[in-house]
Amino acid sequence: MLDEGPMIWTSDVLIVLATIGIIAVLSYFKLWKWLWDNWLTTVDHKKIGIMYLIAAILMLFRGGVDGLLMRAQLSWPGLHILNADHYDQIFTTHGTIMILFMAMPALIGFFNVAVPLQIGCRDVAFPYLNAISFWLFFVAAMLFNLSFVVGGSPDGGWTSYTPYVETMFDPGPGENYFLVALQITGIGTIATGVNFLLTILRMRAPGMTLMRMPMFTWSVFITSVIIVFAFPVLTVALALLLIDRDFGAHFFTVTAGGMPMQYVNLFWIWGHPEVYIVILPAFGIFSEVFSTFARKRLFGYSAMVVSMVSIAILSFVVWVHHFFTMGAGPGVNSFFGVSTMAIAVPTGVKLFNWLFTMHKGRIEYTSAMLWAVGFIPNFLIGGLTGVMLAVPPADYQYHNSYFLVAHFHYVLIAGTVFGVFAALYYWWPKMFGVLLNERLGRWHFWTFMIGFNICFFPMFFLGFMGMTRRVYTYQAGYGWGVINLIETFGALLMGVGFLFFVYNILWSARFGERDTTGDPWDARTLEWATTSPAPHYNFARIPEVKGRDAWWLMKKNGETINGPKGVPFEPIHMPNDSGRPIIMSVFFFIAGAGFVFEWWILAIIGLAGVLVTMALRSFEYDDHHYIPVEEIEKTEAAAGRL
Amino acid sequence: MSDAHTAVHGGHHPVDPSVPVEYHHEENSLRIAGFWVFLGSDLVLFSCLFATYVVMHGRTAGGPTSNQLFDVTGFTIETIALLFSSFTCGLATYEMRRGNRNAMVMWLLITIALGLVFIGFEVTEFVQDASSGARMQTSGFLSAFYTLVGTHGCHVSMGILWMTGLVFQLLRRGITPITARKVFIVSIYWHFLDAVWIFIFTVVYLTGKVL
Ligand SMILES: [Cu+2]
Repeated sequence: MLDEGPMIWTSDVLIVLATIGIIAVLSYFKLWKWLWDNWLTTVDHKKIGIMYLIAAILMLFRGGVDGLLMRAQLSWPGLHILNADHYDQIFTTHGTIMILFMAMPALIGFFNVAVPLQIGCRDVAFPYLNAISFWLFFVAAMLFNLSFVVGGSPDGGWTSYTPYVETMFDPGPGENYFLVALQITGIGTIATGVNFLLTILRMRAPGMTLMRMPMFTWSVFITSVIIVFAFPVLTVALALLLIDRDFGAHFFTVTAGGMPMQYVNLFWIWGHPEVYIVILPAFGIFSEVFSTFARKRLFGYSAMVVSMVSIAILSFVVWVHHFFTMGAGPGVNSFFGVSTMAIAVPTGVKLFNWLFTMHKGRIEYTSAMLWAVGFIPNFLIGGLTGVMLAVPPADYQYHNSYFLVAHFHYVLIAGTVFGVFAALYYWWPKMFGVLLNERLGRWHFWTFMIGFNICFFPMFFLGFMGMTRRVYTYQAGYGWGVINLIETFGALLMGVGFLFFVYNILWSARFGERDTTGDPWDARTLEWATTSPAPHYNFARIPEVKGRDAWWLMKKNGETINGPKGVPFEPIHMPNDSGRPIIMSVFFFIAGAGFVFEWWILAIIGLAGVLVTMALRSFEYDDHHYIPVEEIEKTEAAAGRL
Repeated sequence: MSDAHTAVHGGHHPVDPSVPVEYHHEENSLRIAGFWVFLGSDLVLFSCLFATYVVMHGRTAGGPTSNQLFDVTGFTIETIALLFSSFTCGLATYEMRRGNRNAMVMWLLITIALGLVFIGFEVTEFVQDASSGARMQTSGFLSAFYTLVGTHGCHVSMGILWMTGLVFQLLRRGITPITARKVFIVSIYWHFLDAVWIFIFTVVYLTGKVL
């Protein structure tokens, strides 16, 4: 502990202070019971979605601070703000957190917030499992974050290539944190995939055929299919590497017959589809936002669906483009180069459809729409440089350079992060019953978007100039200094944008415009048919769907969500809240800590706890209740919907 | 699709006698479908382990080869026990559909017993191999062998625990749509593991004895 240096000491102190602060505030205001009853034990998909989003925003902060530290370190030649070990840990945690603990949970948060409402049903297929998914992600994120102060963070990059991360080259628990935390959150993600696949296939309101589903729901459906087939590959890759590290096996060591490339193959068979797991839902979000704020139905609906299906299929046959330089030979590299470029075709189809959706529309530039419009040119830069990278001979030049770093930040930030911000502005009133401030929203958009381009566009040139990724410091005289300094200012501007967003949240909570209509954007899909925030049971009466853009049609025909007056409501069947998902996840955390430190007693206690909680669930029969008609009538009357 | 809304969480439908008991709630059919999707993802998991095994098969690093290691009697008995348990598990489902609780519980117990025989032989094989020096740490081949076969063994052990829990529930509650659904799901799981074992038998043991 004592020899870890001021950075870790400061973090230790901050973590202890924050924990004491949270406990003190909760105790002082006597909020523990409220927290437990309303949030920690909930199986309500809307609340689970909100918890995902809170966690994701916190992780965006953590990952963003990592990014700023790296930019500070690189801002001028020969700096030693961080030492090399910390730099390695920080770029590893930055990548891992941003993809697995920020982008995915943010999007899964919106799956939860929007999908059941969009398809007109009362819950996800498996609400209890949904709570387990969330808590597994949450404890995994905590475990991963703890690594920085307990034993050291992983430092092998977010891909953690073997054999570098084998015990002989990378001793200590750091890499184990990576393997175990991703494993735990991965299990939760597979469950989410199964859950939303079934929710969308089996729980749509009457009349909602597949080809009438909102585009976001379509994107979630396809994403869920990718999750179900891609995530088990990650499970295997991580498990084999953990077995190597914890038990001395030889899957990926160079000695005793191991084969490091097998890890790289497995990792990217998951890793490339993962790119689409975090981009397709964002595409779905943009589709909703474009058609809502252009006041037009989405152009080329079926083409959009076909494009997403083709992207999903192609995403599984391109993984070798991540290691063209391995030397697989021209045949293999050509196949994977061409299959990669092929993805540009359906993606292009989607871009044109969005443009045609806006064409001749009455466009309203709300904050959500700004993010959607800003996405197009920025994502285009990311996509086109992706095609450049897909040419194997050219990739020998770009490989592992800052050109690549620029490319994937253009794809992931302009695609996923812009998408998440668009969705936050768009669905915020549905989640909290209050609108975010549009003026602050515009400040947020412009500072972040300009900062993003200042930060990442010059990286394409740094790549051409020979700067490789993961360098910790560099000498003067390469001509990289000024460019890096400019980038650092861009990164700071993005940080300012984030602060505008946080301020917007706080400001709107107090002074924001309340949404009393349930439909502040005059939108098209069913989530806007119910009150904001939606009641516990979503819809007092399940809507009858008569076409695409179901709510738009209902508004045009002068129908309301509760249908003709006088027809009595029926009692609504709802699942009971349960404390078991969080308890089970704590046992996963304990088992995980056991595997991280190779402390087997802890691992056994944790795994036994998991088994016991599963058995208790199996023996539980009384797991649902009915909401009585009087209560529904009271809620609907209070919302003015009777 | 029409009843999807009441489907979620329950709903009061007249029971159609031609529908098997485990499908008597819409929610049950939802859960069974969900389990099929889960098995799809479990299949991907095993596929990756198989692929890794095939890649590692020849990488014995001077340690024992599959041909030297595998014991024909052992894996034959294991295979027979597991295949037969899939049959008895099917009989349990058959008795469940006939509403015959005691016979059903009996077949489930026999299935569990056969599963235990399988696990017993597998553990014996692992212990013998390991004590003769063929450990997971010996070579890439053995790492992959223990992991693939061991993962299947873990699944079977989970199935045994799960089925045992269900026997208690059946004794307490009898055959209801809920217990029937649970038994039906565990039986799908069990047959799935049987199918995976056929691949292990072919790819690992038979091939390993020949090549
Ligand atoms: Cu890729």
